[in-house]
Amino acid sequence: MAAEIRNYTLNFGPQHPAAHGVLRLVLELDGEVVERADPHIGLLHRATEKLAESKTYIQSLPYMDRLDYVSMMANEHAYVMAIEKLAGIEVPIRAQYIRVMFDEITRVLNHLMWIGAHGLDCGAMTIFLYAFREREDLMDCYEAVSGARMHAAYYRPGGVYRDLPDQMPQYQASKVRNEAAIKRLNSNREGSLLDFIEDFTNRFPTYVDEYETLLTDNRIWKQRTVGIGVLTPERAMNLGLTGPMLRGSGIAWDLRKKQPYEVYDKLDFDIPVGKNGDCYDRYLVRIEEMRQSNRIIKQCVAWLKANPGPVIVDNYKIAPPSRVGMKSNMEELIHHFKLFTEGMHVPEGEAYAAVEHPKGEFGIYMVSDGANKPYRLKIRAPGFAHLAALDEMARGHMLSDVVAIIGTQDIVFGEIDR
Amino acid sequence: MTTMTLNVLVDELNAKLGEAAIASLKVELDEVTVEVPATQWAAVSLKLRDELKFEGCLDVCGIDYSAYKDSVWEGSRFAAIYHLISYAHNVRLRVRVFATDDDFPVVPSVVEVWSGTNWFEREAFDLYGIVFEGHPDLRRILTDYGFVGHPFRKDFPLSGYVEMRYDPEQARVIYQPVTIEPREITPRIIREENYGGR
Repeated sequence: MAAEIRNYTLNFGPQHPAAHGVLRLVLELDGEVVERADPHIGLLHRATEKLAESKTYIQSLPYMDRLDYVSMMANEHAYVMAIEKLAGIEVPIRAQYIRVMFDEITRVLNHLMWIGAHGLDCGAMTIFLYAFREREDLMDCYEAVSGARMHAAYYRPGGVYRDLPDQMPQYQASKVRNEAAIKRLNSNREGSLLDFIEDFTNRFPTYVDEYETLLTDNRIWKQRTVGIGVLTPERAMNLGLTGPMLRGSGIAWDLRKKQPYEVYDKLDFDIPVGKNGDCYDRYLVRIEEMRQSNRIIKQCVAWLKANPGPVIVDNYKIAPPSRVGMKSNMEELIHHFKLFTEGMHVPEGEAYAAVEHPKGEFGIYMVSDGANKPYRLKIRAPGFAHLAALDEMARGHMLSDVVAIIGTQDIVFGEIDR
Repeated sequence: MTTMTLNVLVDELNAKLGEAAIASLKVELDEVTVEVPATQWAAVSLKLRDELKFEGCLDVCGIDYSAYKDSVWEGSRFAAIYHLISYAHNVRLRVRVFATDDDFPVVPSVVEVWSGTNWFEREAFDLYGIVFEGHPDLRRILTDYGFVGHPFRKDFPLSGYVEMRYDPEQARVIYQPVTIEPREITPRIIREENYGGR
């Protein structure tokens, strides 16, 4: 006699290693087939947008790092771009190149985190360790330039906080490592930060080849991703998906090409596009994006080495005066004091600034009424729209495919819950 | 794929939507903002998608204008703001729909038009209390289960009304009135025009 068939409701998370943080997923299952997926979000809600309404423009900047906490500087970028748009600030060209370079470093950082976690979700253990090896180098770049490995708070309205350092920080001898080992570790840290990044860009394509050796033709990986979570281009557009989620479905839409900001129109790179709109195509798109980012970083390094210049605007209503000037001039002292106590005033109006964030379109909609604080700040997080599409993508798939779909969406709760 | 200039877009909007559907239309900072009366929004959204090729709605957010410029706001308090994108024409459009009733703000839902707005409308309902008429599943999304009030309204304090802690006596998590004092470190200031000779 056949067993009685029942529908299950399954609670997935919020304490589950494949839930990528604090996702609570209520799954209605028919056997092992998903009939409905209802994500419950908000467990990491910090009301960033409300907090920003009570802080000056510069004080809210570090909150942006904490949105999508694996692509920190890309978040800052959208925020400062919105302010610059409202206030009509021209950013020095060197600062634009620095921003683009760090945006692409951030993209590589994010995609490394994604490939590690996605691989782990689908049972590939090694890739995680490989990806984190390279992340370490890139986090050192973050640290060299801002002092923080993750929450950099490096971009400023009107430029970046300071110029790139001439010296890369080095490892020190310790109890666990002798002199010779330290020398080996420091071998690519003898020069400036740009030298270190250049060395990284020379090494990185080989690393990407290594990841591809592990996954691209891997039978298990293909079984887990090919034909899973298929999205047609029409549905992807209608669902408001952006970034690799949209390009995986075959739409060549990238803000860096279509609505170029900063110096992206001066750089040479390609936009990878998928064909079938499944998890495997999105994987290929992101892998190729890492290679393209590497190309962009290389071009930026070459330009930055050849062209010194200011990295922040020379307008004391927006950016602070130099330390020396502040200590020796009355005028500068007053500017410094006013800027850091009252903050900058942004003209009345509204603006939407979007960047091609590693996950998709990250937008900041800012309404200012002329005060020293934003009247309303809305963060358009790409992951929010992606997770909203989970129900449609997971319907009819097996329970274990839900994990692959969460992986391919590159979910990070800092930005979804805000 | 052709890029549509903003002037062409403005002309197209005027021609396709008609006078009754446009309360105001302006171009500022290279962005087109159109204000649509709530009664017209359902019909206009379909026209925007099918005739003007705005295939995607990237963002919906609520806004509470009651404290704008620190003075009394004339007009409706709540609005829903939509950021539309046309992939075919590579152009963006912002639509503002004011909810006419301040005590019970209602805006027609456009989930049927753009599926991606589902969660964004839920969020605006959760945070501002704007009711999206016709939404298939208008539940709270970001706040806690059983949350009372709409926290992003300007009259809702930043610290909220209740806080949560573990009570060892009752051996469970309890809610109690907030114990922190609200404080403002940097006051909010709006300077008059050309302050400091700018």
